Amino acid sequence: MTFPAENPVVDPSPTTTAERVNPQSHQTSVPQAGGGSGHVSVIRARRGWIAVDWAELWEHRELLGFLVQRDIKVRYKQTVLGVAWAVLQPVFAMLIFTLIFGRFAKIPSEDVPYAVFVYAGLLPWTFFSTSVTQAAQSLISQEALLTKIYLPRLFVPAAPVGGALVDLSISFGVFAVLMVWYQQVPGWGIVFLPLLVLMTVVAALGVGLMLAALTVSYRDFRFVVPFMMQVWMYASPVIYPVKLVPEEYRWVLALNPLGGIIDGFRAALLDRPFDLPTLGVSAASSVGVFLLGMFYFRKMERRFADIA
Amino acid sequence: MYRLGATQRRTETFQELIKSLVLAPVRKLHRMGEQIPEQEEFWALQDISFEVGQGDVIGIIGRNGAGKSTLLKVLSRIVEPTRGQVLLRGRVASLLEVGTGFHPELTGRENIYLNGSILGMKRREIESKFDEIVSFAEVEKFLDTPVKRYSSGMYVRLAFAVAAHLEPEILIVDEVLAVGDAEFQKKCLGKMREVAQGGSGRTVVFVSHNMAAVHALCKTALMLQKGRLVAIGPVGDIVQRYLAASVEGERNSIEAKRPMGAPVWFRRAEVFSAEAVGRPIRMGDELTLRIHFGADPAIRMPRFGWVLSDSLGTRLVGANNRYQADAPLERPARAGIISCRLGMVPLMPGRYQISLWIGNDAADSHILLDSLQFEVVAHDLWGQAKTPPLGSSALWWPATFEIEHDTQTAPALGG
Repeated sequence: MTFPAENPVVDPSPTTTAERVNPQSHQTSVPQAGGGSGHVSVIRARRGWIAVDWAELWEHRELLGFLVQRDIKVRYKQTVLGVAWAVLQPVFAMLIFTLIFGRFAKIPSEDVPYAVFVYAGLLPWTFFSTSVTQAAQSLISQEALLTKIYLPRLFVPAAPVGGALVDLSISFGVFAVLMVWYQQVPGWGIVFLPLLVLMTVVAALGVGLMLAALTVSYRDFRFVVPFMMQVWMYASPVIYPVKLVPEEYRWVLALNPLGGIIDGFRAALLDRPFDLPTLGVSAASSVGVFLLGMFYFRKMERRFADIA
Repeated sequence: MYRLGATQRRTETFQELIKSLVLAPVRKLHRMGEQIPEQEEFWALQDISFEVGQGDVIGIIGRNGAGKSTLLKVLSRIVEPTRGQVLLRGRVASLLEVGTGFHPELTGRENIYLNGSILGMKRREIESKFDEIVSFAEVEKFLDTPVKRYSSGMYVRLAFAVAAHLEPEILIVDEVLAVGDAEFQKKCLGKMREVAQGGSGRTVVFVSHNMAAVHALCKTALMLQKGRLVAIGPVGDIVQRYLAASVEGERNSIEAKRPMGAPVWFRRAEVFSAEAVGRPIRMGDELTLRIHFGADPAIRMPRFGWVLSDSLGTRLVGANNRYQADAPLERPARAGIISCRLGMVPLMPGRYQISLWIGNDAADSHILLDSLQFEVVAHDLWGQAKTPPLGSSALWWPATFEIEHDTQTAPALGG
């Protein structure tokens, strides 16, 4: 808190009603910030929407890495089956869905075995729902990170999304086995897979940040989120193909980022044509959700320490 | 700034939010023609301007609720000020708690990296200090053990060790020294002194209740009262002023309100001499501490503890029914009274304060630090017209002295 004289930002006449016992003693400010990093920061009240401080996020990028690592290590540490859970969860979901929706309800699966079809949808969906659910809880389960220290708080809900990426890659491995088993070959569309994964990450971050901020203010969201995810799954084409939705209403489905993403995953992995309009609308809504989540989070962030 | 009146309308749960949205127009109708009650504003801090030079070590002192913690939180960027600004030149690190972000499932090694990073250290910095941190904490053998298996002493040592090896240009520290066993506290204080006086040019802002620690570490001090800066200057003068100010406000009894969501809380607390209520407490008096508690849900056995400290903040004695086997109430109650008979506490004349804790079996839910304050006046207990000299010791022990002849050695000495 050295206020060097040449600093133009300093108010030269601090109005203070304080009685100074010995004014000389505390005015020992060193005129030049010798040895300092030259790092100057100003803390003041801000109003309305606050821009994301990208420079700060970049400076602390290692912290995000450590938080992601922690989430991965902790997630399976005390479980007997460990990482196997990352395989078992989607596999069981696939088996159940295949039995109920593929066998009994006979939902069409676009000429591929229903198991492969539903698993291709579960890949992005499981990633999305795990990320969002954990991101939403992240702030209230780590209150001390809000009230005892300052750090780029965006990282706290972002870390579980990074952790879920590891699960996603394991799931991809399982999917590869499934493809071999059912003798399916992906087409050239698979080169777009990284882009689709990125889109899923963007959507998950947006929704996760928004729900994390809401959960701090309204603890009810702890109960709302799991329920919301259940409804969201049926609103997304996880167990049914997009084609089942009449063409004139498909844009409604595409407004749900997961609509286009899941359809895109199937196109990329199962060698079928991309539904570009649907994908385009979903991409736009992913980015929209992301921006909304980011800015809402930034807006609410100021109050976190007071209400957490 | 916190809007107190507004808390009534602050929507805590989603249900209330929805209700308030639905009722908003109705409320507006009601309000027409009726005066809108003014919101009561509460400024946690106001009119605080000060400078700290590079390399200065400044202590912030003040009573509970004076705004010390809020000031620290503003300086550490945890809470954003409503008005005003702070200019910081240099990298800032704040220590409001040791071990923030420690994860019990992770090993000591993993937690060093995680906690270091949370405190703002770069990976390379942590790597270069790693061995120092480990040896300071004395946990070499348990580096790859999850910290949940650590003893509480080890845990605190490791947490402090990471924090102690931070090298920011500006360090903001809250009473973290009040951790660990006596020996480790000494080590921490030594480390703090090294940081503060090592000529490292580091600026330290230090908040504490412990006047002895403030005196030992800081050159300058700043005193807050009700959110305002009342004095700043050499540490000796300010500590004197603080002590003088606390004499004015003797509080043998206090009233308290339920903190938000607390299952058990204090409603009232008082300390008095068993001999005569309302009379000044004299040396040798038997003391009683009585508290009135509230509980929701009803409880059979609130856990109540207290610690008595002297005017410098040194904790002298304490007790807590959490560790004792006293009989609970026959049936759960929503309110009750606990009387704690301290017996004759051998206090020297002087100022004392009592911190209070209450909670249920799981955790403490209401803490009133240094809330009861009282004076012990000198009293000629033995009818000798003499009292022990002040400052000879913290406590005066009610010992008895027996004297007898030494028949074995006396003859040899020619007695």
